[in-house]
Amino acid sequence: MSTTLLLIQLLNGLQFGVLLFLIAAGLTLVFGVMGFINLAHGVQYMIGAYLTVAFAELTGNFFGALALALPTALLLGLALEFLIFRHLYDRDHLDQVLATFGVILFVNEAVKVIWGPSPLIVELPEALSATFQITEGLLYPVYRIVLIGVGLVVAAILWLVVQRTRVGMLIRAGATNPEIVSALGVDIRRLFTIVFGFGAMLAGFAGALAAPIFSVEPNMGDDLLIVAFVVIIIGGIGSIRGAFIAAVLVGLVDTLGRSVVTDAMRLVFDASAANQIGPALASMLVYVFMAGVLFFRPTGLFPARGSA
Amino acid sequence: MKNLVSLVAAAMLAAPLGLSPAMAAEPLKIGMVLTLSGPPAALGQQARDGFALAVEDLGGSLGGLSTEVIVEDDELKPDVALNKAKKLIERDEVDFVVGTIFSNMLQAIFKPVVQSETFLISPNAGPSTFAGRNCNPYFFVTSYQNNQNFEALGKYAQDAGLKKVFLLAPNYQAGRDSMEGFKKNFKGEIADEVFTPLGHKDFSAEIARIAASEPDALFTFMPGGMGVRLVKQFRAAGLADRMTFLSAFTVDETTLPAQKDDALGFFGAGSWAPDTDNPRSKAFVEAFETKYGYVPGSYAMQAYDAAQLIDSAVKAVGGDLSDKDAVRAALKAADFASLRGEFRFNSNHYPVQDFHLLRVAKRADGKFQTEIEQTVLEDAEDTFAADCRM
Amino acid sequence: MEGGKGAGGSAALGFGLLVALALVPLLSQVWGGTYLTSLVMQAMILAIAAIALDILIGHAGLVSFGHAAFVGLGAYVTGIAITEGLTDGMAILALVVLASAAFAAVTGAISLRTSGVYFIMITLAFGQMLFFAFGALAQYGGDDGMTLWETSTLFGTDALQAGGGLFWVVLATLALVWGFVGRLAVSRFGRVLRAAKEAPVRVACMGFSVFRFRLVAYVVAGVIAGVAGFLLAHQAEFVSPAAAAWQRSGDLIIMVVLGGMGTRNGPLLGALVFLGVEVTLSHLLEAWRLVFGPLLILVVLFARGGLAGGLDWAVDRWRTRVQARA
Repeated sequence: MSTTLLLIQLLNGLQFGVLLFLIAAGLTLVFGVMGFINLAHGVQYMIGAYLTVAFAELTGNFFGALALALPTALLLGLALEFLIFRHLYDRDHLDQVLATFGVILFVNEAVKVIWGPSPLIVELPEALSATFQITEGLLYPVYRIVLIGVGLVVAAILWLVVQRTRVGMLIRAGATNPEIVSALGVDIRRLFTIVFGFGAMLAGFAGALAAPIFSVEPNMGDDLLIVAFVVIIIGGIGSIRGAFIAAVLVGLVDTLGRSVVTDAMRLVFDASAANQIGPALASMLVYVFMAGVLFFRPTGLFPARGSA
Repeated sequence: MKNLVSLVAAAMLAAPLGLSPAMAAEPLKIGMVLTLSGPPAALGQQARDGFALAVEDLGGSLGGLSTEVIVEDDELKPDVALNKAKKLIERDEVDFVVGTIFSNMLQAIFKPVVQSETFLISPNAGPSTFAGRNCNPYFFVTSYQNNQNFEALGKYAQDAGLKKVFLLAPNYQAGRDSMEGFKKNFKGEIADEVFTPLGHKDFSAEIARIAASEPDALFTFMPGGMGVRLVKQFRAAGLADRMTFLSAFTVDETTLPAQKDDALGFFGAGSWAPDTDNPRSKAFVEAFETKYGYVPGSYAMQAYDAAQLIDSAVKAVGGDLSDKDAVRAALKAADFASLRGEFRFNSNHYPVQDFHLLRVAKRADGKFQTEIEQTVLEDAEDTFAADCRM
Repeated sequence: MEGGKGAGGSAALGFGLLVALALVPLLSQVWGGTYLTSLVMQAMILAIAAIALDILIGHAGLVSFGHAAFVGLGAYVTGIAITEGLTDGMAILALVVLASAAFAAVTGAISLRTSGVYFIMITLAFGQMLFFAFGALAQYGGDDGMTLWETSTLFGTDALQAGGGLFWVVLATLALVWGFVGRLAVSRFGRVLRAAKEAPVRVACMGFSVFRFRLVAYVVAGVIAGVAGFLLAHQAEFVSPAAAAWQRSGDLIIMVVLGGMGTRNGPLLGALVFLGVEVTLSHLLEAWRLVFGPLLILVVLFARGGLAGGLDWAVDRWRTRVQARA
């Protein structure tokens, strides 16, 4: 593999990682602070994408769509929190799994009823549809670079908020020891609602950013949800820093693995056997990586809870 | 609702055709097992609508028997497909099962359906599994043998003098078949063979490899949403101007509404396209678009033909479905005017037909469809029929 | 008392369910035919896997998100053995038990290093590895799976054939597993498991190796699920990677939670209701998940302890009322 190719794959891995981080950030906070397993988080990603489609049709403008989709995603997240999730915080994890699974079923079906089963697409705005020559014969879309940039900026802001503000301090304290925070007189419920709403919005934001390059279709959040869980597990639950590092690692492992594993197999096996084993192994790689991390660090790379 | 799309016009039709009242009272029951949920639901929807349109065009009856169509969703889960098929056979006691869209669903329902001696007619899935040694007297296919579209593209690549081709497919059985099929007729250089996981999202890694190996053409098989993403990302990377895009089930009427201009000029393959030049096909496309508001693809056409096939067979046996051998002979005769033109069954009950190179075009009304560019294979038989002892 | 009723579930309810299941073939003479028996068979097989999973979830407090992988493993060992010409049911069953025990021992030993949600995810990881491995078996149909043109024989009889005695074999297995888990719950082993769930350190201090107890539970649950896979292959006469998909593992968890954790009737009830409601709703309505989703949420919000908990409560109330009257 040439160095340019490697460079491109690194960019691709980084971009996937950034997208994963936007989804995982909300997930890890909701999990870390509230101890709440939200399977419906992938649905928020899908909602973000569909809202962008809908508003893009309405306004005819990607940025306009984004501006409308984000607050709507926030509102929908808050509505879900108010109607359902709020009643589940003090319940067993598995009750949360069951209820949020119900939410997944409902929203996936509702989306299909409203927008139909076929994949949909959002057109990129003119300003972002440019490309630049990366090697002779290969153009790299500017939008993807923008996506990486935006993701990094959001990550930085999020880190600042969590590390430097009062709310962030409460979030960190909540992730480490929610009982004490509550005992100190902090309105933990309101904190939960805020964290939940913004987590949902971030996932929706990821969906909106993904809409112009990926197709928008029902169930699009299901598989990503699983990978997002992998990310927060590797990173350590409740840790924004962990989620970021794990997201980038998973993005790189997945992307580079795909291009390297089959070639590596060809060194050992004949071509047809390599083509059979390689892709299966590449698909497993993320899970092997997670199992490996957990083998050596049973609570992830950066566990937020010290002892528990 | 979906389960009882009852298309009954019994009283009206029994009399002119001179059927006895007893026979007219017993409607023809057809069960469909199609994928109607999840991302590939668009394919099942096409097949459902195509079949319904045929029944409507035939006056609500097939072969003179008032017809009831029961549509079941297999949810793309083998166990669900199996349950639904068993329900159709055991509880609804259907006379024919029409299904499925996907090969793995066909695998799941095949044994119970044919063992109950119910005729199974596939409107799309045509795996090699049941074309050769495991061909079955109760199984007919109105679409194609899966490999044939790929073989047609390989033949075209060979004839067009393309020297170096890059192969890209998802990592599952049909994906592996696609590469084998393509290589059967293409003898030039294979730049690389790359498999992606099913449902792959981001093709940028693959696109970088394609660009680096500088082939004359990309051959790919990326059904559904994967095709939408690949086409967009392929176009955005600027590769569309540098090489030919050869594909099967990647740019078709189910994906074009999302791909739009990005797919313009890309090639597919098939036995039919909406611009097929015969009056019946033209009437079908027009009626379909009027009724359902979208452009029919091959899935709709094949389901329409499946209904016509059943109609012709029921008519030939005078509505008496008890003599299975007679019904089989009548089905085998394929005595109907297929929308695609010439059509007959091979010894393994898979079609013998022409395959064309299709090109994506924009119509005057702004909608997109595939159009026949040239005929690549004539009267093509699949390679597995020789192994079929039936 | 916790061990008697809370953990075991009321025996009367379980017996009632099993007897009702035994009447299904009779009912199918009147309504539903083999469609009904086949459907109920499938539900019973899922119930077997769910009861096994509940050993982990309900008793050991270990949520495995890769349990369907064992069902898939059992099904694949069966399918491959039959395709390769081995048709002796007992021999295949022995292979299934060996394979699932080995897989459970290895993955269990690694997974049990973690706990809580980390355990959930590492079991998912192993399940996914197996899932992708099945899909790569091109000679056995790859992702399409394989049709079993023949099924195995049990001591030369057709007891394992879908048209033969399979229904009774499945029912007997279910009754056996149900009884076994009931015994397990009140045994010393079961008590240690549950104690370790509440207070692992205290149990360790008492001289028990928590790890070893949990590993045995993991292997037992894996083997039972493998046997469920063996039966599933015979019922469907078809094997595919979908049996090992993470969605399937999720379904099994849902069945356990829906029915009620830690009660052997719960998973049984959960599996029957889950499949029953799914089949009924999907016949009534194309967009049936619009109803099923909210239904699950309502169960969580208003029926604590799952369906079995609710039923036990109702039975208790009825009994007290009857006794009060008498």
